[in-house]
Amino acid sequence: MTILKRGFSRRRVLQTGMAGILATGITPMIFSRGAWAQEFCNNPTGDTVTFGLNLPLTGAYAEEGADEQKAYELAVQHLNGEGDGGLLTLLQPSALKGNGILGKKVAFVTSDSQTKADVARAGATRMIERDGAIMVTGGSSSAEAIAVQGLCQEMGVIFMAGLTHSNDTTGKDKRRYGFRHFFNAYQSGVGLAPLLGQEYGTDRRAYHLTADYTWGWTQEESIKNATEALGWETVQTVRTPLGTTDYSQYLTPILNSGADVLILNHYGLDMVNSLPQAVQFGLRDRQANGKDFQVVTPLISELMAKGAGEAVKGVFGTSNWHWNLQDPGTIAFTKSFGAAYGSPPSQAAHTAYVQALLYADAVERAGTFYPPEVIKALEGFEFDGMGNGPTLYRAEDHQCIKNVLVVRGNESPTSEFDVLNIVQETPREAVAYDPAIFGGDLGPAEPAPICA
Amino acid sequence: MAAMPRNDLLLFAGFTLAVLTMPIWLAPFGAAYPDLLQRFMIFGIFAVGFNILFGLTGYLSFGHAAFFGVGSYAAVWSFKLLSLDVIPAMIFAIIVSGLFALVIGYISLRRSGIYFSILTLAFAQMSYNMAYSVLTPITNGETGLQLTQSDPRHLDSALAATVVGQPIPTLLGQSLGGFSGFYFCAGFLIIAFFLAQRITGSPFGMMLKGIKTNQTRMHYTGFNTKPYTLAAFVISGMYAGLAGALLAVTDPLAGAERMQWTASGEVVLMTILGGAGTLVGPVIGAWLIKYFENIFSAINDGILRRFFDFLPDGVDSAMVTVASKFVGEGWFLTLGLVFVIIVIFLPGGIMEGVRRIAHLFNRAPKAPGKANPQPQPAE
Amino acid sequence: MFDVIFLQFLNGLDKGAAYALIALGLTLVFGTLGVVNFAHGALFMLGAFCAVVVRKVLTMETITVDPNQLSPWGTPLEVRTPLVQAWLGDFGAVLVNYSVPFSILLTIPVMLVVGIALERGIIKHFYRRPHAEQILVTFGLAIVAQEIIKSIFGPNSIPQPMPTDLRGTADIGAWLGMQAGVITYPIWRLVYFLFAAVVIGAVFAFLQFTTFGMVVRAGMADRETVGLLGINIDRRFTIMFGLAAVVAGMAGVMYTPILPPNYHIGMDFLVLSFVVVVVGGMGSLPGAVAAGFLLGILQSFASMTQVKALVPGIDQIIIYLVAVVILLVRPRGLFGRRGVMEA
Repeated sequence: MTILKRGFSRRRVLQTGMAGILATGITPMIFSRGAWAQEFCNNPTGDTVTFGLNLPLTGAYAEEGADEQKAYELAVQHLNGEGDGGLLTLLQPSALKGNGILGKKVAFVTSDSQTKADVARAGATRMIERDGAIMVTGGSSSAEAIAVQGLCQEMGVIFMAGLTHSNDTTGKDKRRYGFRHFFNAYQSGVGLAPLLGQEYGTDRRAYHLTADYTWGWTQEESIKNATEALGWETVQTVRTPLGTTDYSQYLTPILNSGADVLILNHYGLDMVNSLPQAVQFGLRDRQANGKDFQVVTPLISELMAKGAGEAVKGVFGTSNWHWNLQDPGTIAFTKSFGAAYGSPPSQAAHTAYVQALLYADAVERAGTFYPPEVIKALEGFEFDGMGNGPTLYRAEDHQCIKNVLVVRGNESPTSEFDVLNIVQETPREAVAYDPAIFGGDLGPAEPAPICA
Repeated sequence: MAAMPRNDLLLFAGFTLAVLTMPIWLAPFGAAYPDLLQRFMIFGIFAVGFNILFGLTGYLSFGHAAFFGVGSYAAVWSFKLLSLDVIPAMIFAIIVSGLFALVIGYISLRRSGIYFSILTLAFAQMSYNMAYSVLTPITNGETGLQLTQSDPRHLDSALAATVVGQPIPTLLGQSLGGFSGFYFCAGFLIIAFFLAQRITGSPFGMMLKGIKTNQTRMHYTGFNTKPYTLAAFVISGMYAGLAGALLAVTDPLAGAERMQWTASGEVVLMTILGGAGTLVGPVIGAWLIKYFENIFSAINDGILRRFFDFLPDGVDSAMVTVASKFVGEGWFLTLGLVFVIIVIFLPGGIMEGVRRIAHLFNRAPKAPGKANPQPQPAE
Repeated sequence: MFDVIFLQFLNGLDKGAAYALIALGLTLVFGTLGVVNFAHGALFMLGAFCAVVVRKVLTMETITVDPNQLSPWGTPLEVRTPLVQAWLGDFGAVLVNYSVPFSILLTIPVMLVVGIALERGIIKHFYRRPHAEQILVTFGLAIVAQEIIKSIFGPNSIPQPMPTDLRGTADIGAWLGMQAGVITYPIWRLVYFLFAAVVIGAVFAFLQFTTFGMVVRAGMADRETVGLLGINIDRRFTIMFGLAAVVAGMAGVMYTPILPPNYHIGMDFLVLSFVVVVVGGMGSLPGAVAAGFLLGILQSFASMTQVKALVPGIDQIIIYLVAVVILLVRPRGLFGRRGVMEA
């Protein structure tokens, strides 16, 4: 019944009444917008507030999705003052009280995004329209994140992105209502390059295999720029179709190409398949130009490392976060997650958890759920204690600026979770960049009149 | 309208009523929210159109998602280049997908049976792979084609219309979000249904059915069947384009995934599940699958626990454990089981089930047993 | 340049062997039973998971919880001791090392039972049903199978290491008297190629040289006449379905070191294997093998940078493009018979 009621709200009636008044694209909405400045999409009126979790529960990234869901459930418990409190007390500065958000108990609804942009949008729409979600969060691909944050901009609902690594999410496709805690391909390149120079020298010749879609292209470009600045030469960049299962035809041309480093700009299943196959083709046993041939995977996660098995040993990459860090925030979160689920959290779980807490904290600081105020509270927010060191939610592009972890496949893992070692933390000053380089426009903060 | 037989008229009226009152009768099922209702309409149109080809001629296309996707892309490009108004976008989308279907149909219809299916599948997969990678300048690849404030919109700017905020498609200036979007799509579904009904009953429809029953005999009687099958192919391609355009209207984003072979397979499943060759069946199949996808997949342990709350303690958690395998992320398992069961026991789809039940209550001698031939989905 | 082309040719042969092996079972089922089996990919997947199960059993560990030590995530530390090595010593280590080839011993009976059960339980009832219904029911079964696997093994890929002796590469160039280290190829892929060749050869020999095979071939040509001669052709066809399942399963097992199996790999191979079968001609065994190698080799060469420079994106569509061209030039595929699946 509530749905019907919402269907015939004042705004709807007004809109219908105005049908056909103006034959052009202008709606009179713009004149009357100020009239309901405090009436916005899914203003929580009861004693609960609902998060919309948009997670890939089936499809290629189902494992990331399942891990994110665990983290969100944990975050909701902690926000409501249940469980061991997790990072609630460690966030600095913090306005969180452990009694829900603004005194309202936090609830959540979930939707299976199937790692598809279309489905993710449909799910987000459902959670906003039907379930009254005040905020949408989650996802494990950039396509999803960009599609959903576009929708959230239309609806006037804040989107706290989960795992998304493309430069575009906070670059050319950035949105006022979208926020990303995760790092991006540019930062991977800048964070990884110095270490590569240190380990492999400055006169390397690199061969790129790149997943043939926008994320792959941005990462290829970022890594290429960063390594060429180091003095490396790029022999060739080859695009591979997304979802390739057999990479043999892309791997054999590398053998005698004169390259001595292979850079795999792959993610998820692509990487799980391409990395072991590269090793099987003997690339890492080879010598080229008088040096040992090396393989680099700029973005790697625990879940991918697990899937790639032994092939990942000794391979360098970057991560947003790792449970083996030794700061109090990481220790507390790993303990809290481990106690609840019996395994250490992945970086997807961590970013999901932190995003949920940051949103809640911003609402507390704003003193209202009204999105423009929450956005203001998040923009330029400087915080610490969440496991990434001091972090800035940059106002210009809604990108978190924080340390980037350089990791390396563990040569002698002590458990099935112990697959990556932290080699270095690249300080955030080194990976910060001018937000203008990727273009894009955040758009307005005023909620659009579409949320019915 | 005047020449319409009484039964058809009744069916049409009943269908119209059922569609328009959906927000009311679907409310108890948790499905009466605009986005899902819009999807019910859109995929209903898609399935009705698919049935014009498959149900009538028996040609099983595995590539209809390509036309759906092309319709979406065309509509979004119209929003970007011409105007935010939906009317030019829909016209443009139908024309483009019709032309696309003409080309693919012309080539694919040179073969029949599974060879035709593989040809359509090959074309659709080529479109999908290209859209995802090489054609990114046109399709925006992985990220999908979205509207931005800086789009040129030549027609709108000629009329000096300006957009404030995130641009969204409109109908004569009125936004199509929420329930107005649903009624807009519902109108098209009703028109699409009406046209399909007329086509089925027309001499053209008879010809198509003749092709399905025995193409060789049609040849021998001197008919050149190709123009008819091609016409059916193009019409169903235009239906798919219309559905794709409507999806872009209600949600202005066009992504390549909607062209993948699994999406083509989905419309095949919808049609057969509901009952190929029947008018209402494909629509019901579409609704059922979308309902599963959206509602079943969203049921999590918490909801289940509330549902089984009335049971004694140990039993209810056991029930939750069992049931959770079939809902939430396990919804696909339920879908697979439903298919297997329906195909085994109700080969004519849900419509055959309905007919059988009706037959139980109505044992009038005039319909002796199987006189009403069950729709034979062709091969 | 020669080395690149030669290597791509090897890739093509290797890929082609894999395609042919998968397509073989599919076309066998179609040729004998006349059933379009969309669950064939799922059979491939089930075979791959036989390897996973065998490895899981062989690497079973006793877990003792040490309450005095804590893992970094706060749960009591688990001390693991592998069982098989503890019991069988060196032989156990060899077993674990060769777990993938050994799993074939499990796969054959398992897939035979699965195949026969599937045929007797469900597919039998669909012989006289339209192909569309066969597609739907087998597709439904494929979904059920993969979802069950997912709920047991989780959605992630599970890496299956290859035996240590078969890791690394073989220097084929040196064998042929060329410079060493230029043309090298992974040993396991050569093993896979040989394995595929042996299996394909065995299936052909079985059909060609045994009485059973002769009857089956006769049944493929004219089922009714064979039935009239008093031969129980149905039972033989059932066994052929089981055989097709075994071939698919073995292909899956041996592919696991190349492609870490997950619940979804069956679907990934389904479309491809259908294209191979149709290009070769529905129901034609030589056609499936020829088409497999043709598509494998063309796909390898289409991925070369020089080719992609001429036709951008060709590696994305080559398989489908070849399928379209062949079907337009040769209406029934390479070796198809007239009147099959053209209704």
